[in-house]
Amino acid sequence: MSLAARDRRLAWGLMAPALLWTAAFFVLPFLGMIALSFAHMEGRQVVQGFDTGNYARIFTDWTMLKALINSLEITAVVTVISVVLAYPLAAIIAFRVPARWQRLALLMAVLPFWTSYVVRSYSWPLVLGQNGVVNQTLLGLGLIAEPVQIASTRAATVVGFVHFFVMLLTLTIYANLIQLSPNYARAAQDLGASRWQTFVHVILPLTLPGVVTGAFLTFVLCIGDYITPQILGGNTELTLPQLIMLQLGRSGNFPLASALSVVLMAVVTLAYFASSRWLRLDRV
Amino acid sequence: MEMTMTRTLSALALILTATPGLAQELNALVWCDHTDPALIRPFEEKFGVKVNLKEYEGTAAGLAILDQSQPGDWDVLVIDAVDVKRAVEAGHLAELPADQLPTADFFPELVMAENNTVGGKTYAVTEKFGYNTVSYDKSKVDPADMEDMATLTSGKYDGRIGIYDYYLPVLGLVALSQGIKTADITAENLGALREPLMALRKASKQVSEVVAAQTALATGEVDIVVGGGEWLTAVLATENPNLDWTIPKQGALRWAQSIGVVAGSTQPDLALEFVKYIVSPEGQAALATSSCYWGMPANAKAGEVLSPEAKAVLRWDQQPDFLARAQLYPIPDAALDTAMQDLWTEMLNQ
Repeated sequence: MSLAARDRRLAWGLMAPALLWTAAFFVLPFLGMIALSFAHMEGRQVVQGFDTGNYARIFTDWTMLKALINSLEITAVVTVISVVLAYPLAAIIAFRVPARWQRLALLMAVLPFWTSYVVRSYSWPLVLGQNGVVNQTLLGLGLIAEPVQIASTRAATVVGFVHFFVMLLTLTIYANLIQLSPNYARAAQDLGASRWQTFVHVILPLTLPGVVTGAFLTFVLCIGDYITPQILGGNTELTLPQLIMLQLGRSGNFPLASALSVVLMAVVTLAYFASSRWLRLDRV
Repeated sequence: MEMTMTRTLSALALILTATPGLAQELNALVWCDHTDPALIRPFEEKFGVKVNLKEYEGTAAGLAILDQSQPGDWDVLVIDAVDVKRAVEAGHLAELPADQLPTADFFPELVMAENNTVGGKTYAVTEKFGYNTVSYDKSKVDPADMEDMATLTSGKYDGRIGIYDYYLPVLGLVALSQGIKTADITAENLGALREPLMALRKASKQVSEVVAAQTALATGEVDIVVGGGEWLTAVLATENPNLDWTIPKQGALRWAQSIGVVAGSTQPDLALEFVKYIVSPEGQAALATSSCYWGMPANAKAGEVLSPEAKAVLRWDQQPDFLARAQLYPIPDAALDTAMQDLWTEMLNQ
């Protein structure tokens, strides 16, 4: 056996557990889910078959369509705000904080990760509520006469998401920025570029893969998240994952829940293709 | 006498064989009120077993778990009393020996034989009940207003109302507000509930599950919870005595939960002992004041165990009046259930 053939066999052997795992716990269930999405309900029984009714309903029933639109809107807003907040934070840590303090600064930035996601989500209503810290501060400063409603709104959902994803994006963008040689900026400035021109024409394009990778992860995690909109949104509107949970937990309508999940997967796939040009998942 | 001797020996055998070393475990699919150690520990200590509890919400979710399990995975099931027949039809509940259950001590309305018995066989026993009605903070709203459901959509309390996120009781309450009995809700008259439901939604601030609804009322985020009741406010009564509940003049819904032994259980005797413990006066008192939510015990003899304070919070003395004015949950067939859930989903995404 040649060395190359032995290496190939070894490589396949090493990959086999991961491949089997993925096939058993992702590919097969996913195919099963696609098959189930074409089944339909008769009474409380699932009837297998090839029925496109679930998909037709998703795109014609305004309640379903609105849940998809809500998810896309919330995800877009969260992704943009998170990138806008995380980039300067990552840049300050990478370029302004002395190297010996950078690790501590990153630690501080991701400290909220150390608490449970659910606990964090349940904490936000106490901050944003009628008698929460925000309203009490605004009232104390005389900026408002009556408490404003922040909890149980889309704004609360966005705040909860942004709090989480700014941490994630700070890490991915920082990882990109720190790899950037300072010589690029020096060269640009030697050639007469201003700080702004250096950032727009040199730094930003070079760090775009990190930004897009973080934004893609934010998109994927945000659009598929059930907990944050459920706890913070107050059920004042539904997102796609909430609608899926309603079908699973309440109606027992597994075919419709599967079809909604396939649509969710399709949206994520489209997002992947849209960002694949810049996507560098090895930078995560 | 012979029967009593047999039962005593069976119980003794269970205690003797269920030593910790054997690590006998009982697996129960329950609602969150059963997870209180104060309820479970006495049974575990008496029988030397470990009770593994899995919480679920909503009958569909519970039945789905059973559908996906192997026979023997589960021993005990707690289920909405109105859904017992559904579980029996799906083959998930085993017959219970009716003569070993203390139903003679129950509040008569809570025996619920029409729900717990199928084809003359008993498959479950009612363990706890209460009301889905109106909970409120009496320091912030006029209690007299809460006696009429029409006040909720009058504009006076706009933005101060929370709705309990469970379609059956809230649609039932909306039906009562329209003069429709819960048992009379049909696919034909469901449309009549749309407008008042949407009006209620418009007047409300949020639609929340149990914990979020409790938190919202306790923190002043909302002042009224439609669909609430003693199960929502009683557990908070010590900390905030202003939280109260009432049954408006239009009436309210009575919820009830039942417990039974899962068909295919590999330890049906131990499972039955658990059921018998839960419906005993001691088990009933602990279940009634469980840390997750309070509710009235089905067994009236629990009144001898409960403290006067707990009975006051549960409105023990008013039960005859409340029971007379409350109606059972709607029991929709599959088509009506789907229509009700669709209406609920539409309301959520209004």
